[in-house]
Amino acid sequence: MSNNFNRQKMNLLTQTKNTWCPGCTNFGILAAFKGAIEDLVKNNEIKTEEVVVGSGIGCHGKISDYLNLNSFCGLHGRIVPVLSGAKIANPNLKVIAFEGDGDAYAEGIEHLVHAAKRNIDLTLIVHDNQTFALTTGQFTPTSPKGFKGKSTPEGSPEEPFNPLFLMLSAGATFIARSYALEVKKTQEIIKEAIRHKGFSFIEIIQPCLSLNDTRDHYQKRIYWLNESRQKDNIDFAFEKIREWNDKVPLGIFYQINKKTYGDFN
Amino acid sequence: MTHVASTVLIGGQAGDGAKEAGINLGKLLATAGQEVFVSVDYPSVIKGGHIFSRISFSKEKIFSDYKKIDLLIAFNNESISFHQKELKKDGVIFDESCLPMTQITKEINAPAITRTSVALGATCYYFNLEIENLEKIFKEAFGEKAEINIKLAKKGYQYLKTKNFKQKPRRLKGSGLRPKASEKKKILIDGNQALALGLIKAGLNVYFAYPMTPATSILHFLAKKEKELGLKVVQPENEIAVINMAIGAAYTGQKVAVGTSGGGFDLMQEAMSLAGMAEIPLVIAVSQRPGPSTGVPTYTSQSDLRSTRFSGHGEFPRILLAPGDPEEAYLLGAQALNLAWEYQAPVIVLLDKHLSESLMTSFFDSSKIKIENGKIAHNPKDYKRFETTSDGISPMAFPGMKNVVVKATSYEHDEQGITTEDSQIIKEMQEKRFKKLQLLLKEQKSKETVKVYGDKKSKNIIVSWGSTKGAVLEAMKYLKKSVKFIQPLYLEPLDAEKIKNHFKGAKKIIDIEGNLTGQLASLIREKTGIEIENKILKYDSRPFEPIELAKKINELLS
Repeated sequence: MSNNFNRQKMNLLTQTKNTWCPGCTNFGILAAFKGAIEDLVKNNEIKTEEVVVGSGIGCHGKISDYLNLNSFCGLHGRIVPVLSGAKIANPNLKVIAFEGDGDAYAEGIEHLVHAAKRNIDLTLIVHDNQTFALTTGQFTPTSPKGFKGKSTPEGSPEEPFNPLFLMLSAGATFIARSYALEVKKTQEIIKEAIRHKGFSFIEIIQPCLSLNDTRDHYQKRIYWLNESRQKDNIDFAFEKIREWNDKVPLGIFYQINKKTYGDFN
Repeated sequence: MTHVASTVLIGGQAGDGAKEAGINLGKLLATAGQEVFVSVDYPSVIKGGHIFSRISFSKEKIFSDYKKIDLLIAFNNESISFHQKELKKDGVIFDESCLPMTQITKEINAPAITRTSVALGATCYYFNLEIENLEKIFKEAFGEKAEINIKLAKKGYQYLKTKNFKQKPRRLKGSGLRPKASEKKKILIDGNQALALGLIKAGLNVYFAYPMTPATSILHFLAKKEKELGLKVVQPENEIAVINMAIGAAYTGQKVAVGTSGGGFDLMQEAMSLAGMAEIPLVIAVSQRPGPSTGVPTYTSQSDLRSTRFSGHGEFPRILLAPGDPEEAYLLGAQALNLAWEYQAPVIVLLDKHLSESLMTSFFDSSKIKIENGKIAHNPKDYKRFETTSDGISPMAFPGMKNVVVKATSYEHDEQGITTEDSQIIKEMQEKRFKKLQLLLKEQKSKETVKVYGDKKSKNIIVSWGSTKGAVLEAMKYLKKSVKFIQPLYLEPLDAEKIKNHFKGAKKIIDIEGNLTGQLASLIREKTGIEIENKILKYDSRPFEPIELAKKINELLS
């Protein structure tokens, strides 16, 4: 079986015309995800037919159309409960949700918190471009204070919040951050997240080249956490998660083993 | 008017056990072969307040409780001051002054709440009911605590027997006290449990709900059955999560239902529309209570017919069923799950507090229920979830099936389930979804979509729906003229042809429902063009009372 897979080229993309902007960093996330699934399937860790991906509404949401996998493109902010329901109904499925920062942190934040709290075995990948892009540029919960968008011409009056900090306190058992332009590293983190049994949260910082090009800002600041360290140290995780302004750490901040939702045996 | 039924009212404050005592008395009467209806009236409090259960019973089938009381069991003075005026001329009161319930309880150091058993024991004597039957009921209800309750019941029985009671006990004659063989199959059950049993019979796998009165007891009942039946019962963070989780679960091929009341259902609107777009088989039980807004949480209403009929943005087919008693809740609950899978659409079962929480002697005919799985794709090649078919119904496949990719989406989509903005495909997909409704309308001809009672030739017609059916059927026992009573069970799509036929040659049509705006009447007008001018509407949060309703109908018919 695995040999066949090695020889056979996996057809993980549909023929659908891609309508992301040319050069969109979503292509990087798509490539990383596709690579992760290919690796896991080749390694017999998952079966393609048991993968269900889901997405919300926004640029990221189109990923459901582009992936030749079982998919559910849900409502804005609500894909986490849809895939939670799928996982509860059929625990054999591998469920992976994509959301934008608008989905995950604004419209559907209650689902994010509760999915982490119940430690459902689900992977969530947030495409965080710090703006509502498909609606042509308004501030989101992660936009910096002073963000000038069409709804805040004088600058957003609100401080952004730190999603990883929230996830740690809500009970997520796998917390990571990546950068959309680091495709190989993102691919490895996605693989680890899918392997992790429990709620896996990956925030992917994603410069929006059309409406919020943050490449200069982040490329100067990002650095990778030491991968070989023990990942269950909550104090270290807290410290690193709070590092944000001058330096922006990437990698897996925190990972622990805990019973997942529905796993009562 | 001579009542066809006897009525016991048990009143007290929350925590006195008036509700449980009423249900246990109802069970006892049912065991004795009586037809029983138990309603429970309670405020939104945990302790204190005034609670009462009202138990009406008769040898012939009854569909509602009555206001006029034969026996008032009062655990506090309020129960007397509130209900004394409802006593029949020869009505009797059991309270601490004539039946020292608390004293008898204290004598054996039993907890205060067990004084209800003293009252039930005395009631057994009063109505000539076999106290041994009460033992069985107590064992079911209280488990190991049953012993003490049985002891107290016997003391209550003896007390009344030996006491020179000021009013002569109106003991039921012996003939009524032994059930016929056919009556033994009957159970005393409320609408919510009946619905849950119907869903289970039709193959329910997963139930999602956030607590909301009066739908909560469906959640409680199913949660208790979870292990025994291999069900999954989930309480998510809110109603939005409830319905989205349910949609995800149904997408994987599991049979799913959710339950809520008006406010919770409002929160589900966007996902209701998603279920329509993604053609998700889903049952939504909506138990109505008076609105708008939080309204009157523990009382009853029929004011969400319109909001459920038109729920969700955009145009998509949905089915709306309205049972009127537990037997119908059982059958329509099962039908709802079957219809959801046959038509791949959301199906709403509309209940209300009076149906959800009132108990009635019922017989569940499980032979009437056959599980329908709908159109399933077997070993499909180039599977398309939304394939165009002649009847609009595309074969279903589920994640996990080999060589199949199942795509669902909230966007308009092509046959594969890929987002589209192509005007031709958009038009075809809209038509495809509505073809299912055409099929249903055709198949409705052979289904019991409308029930008819009374004198089928009468030119006086009553039309009503949901739990109000009970009070109407009961009121019909006191009418001076013959009537034909029509109860639509399917409200969406309404079987307009059948209703028009029933209305043919009508002299007078009376619409009776529990809302202010006549929502059934306006639905009938929309679908048949017939304007019903005579309406009896009740919107004080209490159910109709048979005698009061009969008076109003008689006035309109005179």
